[in-house]
Amino acid sequence: MERLIYLDNSATTKPCEKSIECMTACLKNAWGNPSSLHRLGLEAEILLNNARETIAKYIKATPDEIIFTGSGTEANNTAIMTVASKKWGNRVITTEIEHPSVLETVKRLEELGFEVIKLKTDSEGVISLEELKNALNAKTVLVSIMLVNNEIGSVQPIKEASRLVKELSPKAVFHCDAVQGFGKMPINVKDLGVDLLTASGHKVFAPKGIGFLYCKKSVALKPFVTGGGQERGLRSGTESVPLISAFEGAVSSLPDINTALENMKDLNEYARKCFSESGFIKVNSPEDGLPYILNISVTGYRSETLLHFLERKNIFVSSGSACAKGEQSYVLKALGLTQKESDSALRISFSHHNTKEDIDALIDALKEATQNLRRSN
Amino acid sequence: MKEIILIKNGELALKGLNRCTFEDIMIKNIKRRLKDLGKVEIRKAQSAIYIEPKEENFDFEEALERVSLIFGIAAFSRACVCEKNMEDILSKSVEYLADTLKNAKTFKVEAKRSDKKFPLKSPEICRELGGVLLSHFHHLKVDVHNPDVTVNVEIRDFSAYVRAEQIQGAGGLPVGTAGTASILISGGIDSPVAAWTMAKRGLRLNAIHFASPPYTSARAELKVKTLLSKVARYSGSINLAIVPFTDIQDEIANNCPEEYFTLIMRRMMMRIAQKIARDSGSLALITGESLGQVASQTLPALVTTDIVTNMPVLRPLIGMDKEEIITISRKIDAFETSILPYEDCCTVFTPKHPKTRPTVELCEKAEEGLDIDRLVEEAIANTEYTFID
Repeated sequence: MERLIYLDNSATTKPCEKSIECMTACLKNAWGNPSSLHRLGLEAEILLNNARETIAKYIKATPDEIIFTGSGTEANNTAIMTVASKKWGNRVITTEIEHPSVLETVKRLEELGFEVIKLKTDSEGVISLEELKNALNAKTVLVSIMLVNNEIGSVQPIKEASRLVKELSPKAVFHCDAVQGFGKMPINVKDLGVDLLTASGHKVFAPKGIGFLYCKKSVALKPFVTGGGQERGLRSGTESVPLISAFEGAVSSLPDINTALENMKDLNEYARKCFSESGFIKVNSPEDGLPYILNISVTGYRSETLLHFLERKNIFVSSGSACAKGEQSYVLKALGLTQKESDSALRISFSHHNTKEDIDALIDALKEATQNLRRSN
Repeated sequence: MKEIILIKNGELALKGLNRCTFEDIMIKNIKRRLKDLGKVEIRKAQSAIYIEPKEENFDFEEALERVSLIFGIAAFSRACVCEKNMEDILSKSVEYLADTLKNAKTFKVEAKRSDKKFPLKSPEICRELGGVLLSHFHHLKVDVHNPDVTVNVEIRDFSAYVRAEQIQGAGGLPVGTAGTASILISGGIDSPVAAWTMAKRGLRLNAIHFASPPYTSARAELKVKTLLSKVARYSGSINLAIVPFTDIQDEIANNCPEEYFTLIMRRMMMRIAQKIARDSGSLALITGESLGQVASQTLPALVTTDIVTNMPVLRPLIGMDKEEIITISRKIDAFETSILPYEDCCTVFTPKHPKTRPTVELCEKAEEGLDIDRLVEEAIANTEYTFID
């Protein structure tokens, strides 16, 4: 069997040694309940505090602004649903290409009587600040815009957007789903001007089951999960110290973010060059998107078939669209792709472990696929 | 208090001189199905079967659940074992039936005395037990026409048995009494229902699945296995053959006219299935076809697929509507699995305009370009076998 080439890092990442080490150490040696008054509790609490500090520092926040959650989805739900109690306004603004954990949650707000505005994105997958400006009003309670799109990698102008929100809807809460950007591009919450920000552990080499919501101190949130008052009372439930510890381990062993980003730009450029030279691979991702994500189409071949073909070569990618009959990816549709192009879309997502050889192998395998597979009708 | 499961045979009672064989097979099936729950003693007497747990921690509820899925059982119930004297019957009944009777408003007692040496006659037993129950449960009234609970007393050879309600069994004939057949299973709604329906008539099942990686995925295979395990709860274990089919599809696509793709595919499947079935001891094939459901299931289409095999092809769903099939699919808990989305991305091989009125001659002409024998042999040589429990 060929060596394993993992190009699906936006789905999940392989837990790194350090995170496994931290998690195992915690399970073995610091298994106490951090709320317990005795020494075992204290040991767990120390681990928890250290992790909170490391992760806060990573996004230039303070430790008490980090609320650990069970996933990015939970963090997004928490951020969005807690504004439901706001009585002074009724408008919620988001974008049409958010992750389902945002879109499905604002749908709930819509059912509760909120007016939801979904900003359109252009052919590069980016919102128009002008449109945002027009949507903002005094009744706007929440604006939720993702940092990096999970399917195509387009990056939204969060800093500019947050400035507009502060100016035109000063009472509104600004939330940013940064699950696909965290650990891949520098994030400074103060600089971005966000009130709430979501990140997830398993996209950055930690295990599944851990995420966080950054919540600016001055923002008053209502608890989403009530109970024993953990996580500043916002997310009750005994903290998962082993997972939080693993999350810390993963974050602390991430490569230097700027160097990695530069390397990734090179790799991305190389991939684009190869795809274009191949003559049969079309790149759907925008030029100036986050280089870690490349959405491509191999027109005439179904995503799922290609994916399974690559899998046999030990190359792992995502299909760019659900195979569910007739259902086109709403992100690719927003980008202006035809149904046919969407049907054959693949999402390649890199990590700092990937090399040019991986891309060569991918292209060779795709070539082989087009020679062997039957074209779809 | 000692409790047993009391089983009433269904159609078995009609089997005349073969009854014994049928009963023995059913008892074997019951034994196999209850094996991991602990030691039980199984006895048969007068068209009834008695299952008596021989272990302290026997999971009675689980055993009842499993018994409810065994074909050949018309009805079953849990019953309390009493000594063959009125004193014991009365005192145990009061205790054993307490929960049931507390929740009922009306009741009646039925008695059956197979042991004619028992001193009381059936009506006398009814009267006496009814009286005692009335005196213990003051809210109860007797209603002989439409009671909430019917209390049943049976005086048999070894003991007396008291039970409250009888539960309907899975019906049909014991699996194994009708021989073995092979189901062609795709992963859709129909084939598991067809398999279940035939197992119900006493067939032991083998299964054959055609896989076309990379057009179909490992999840599609897992889906087929899950579906078979749902059927296996009724039919007992199933041998599954997974036949690689991609090469054949490719050859068909490259050498045959498009409108015949599906028909020729079906013909190839039947040829392969027949050989695998025969090798595994099956006497027939089973398919989930329903007349007119899709282009390959019109009568002319069925003629063209039937002709390549000389084994009987059982099609229990042939006259059923989709809704009727779905009802059974839900009943056997297969529906939710059947509708999982990753069936086949096999659509690349589906003709845009399939032939609905084909003839055998035209099919034979359409597949002239195929080296049929070689393709069948290769597919069989690369077939993988697994066991579904």
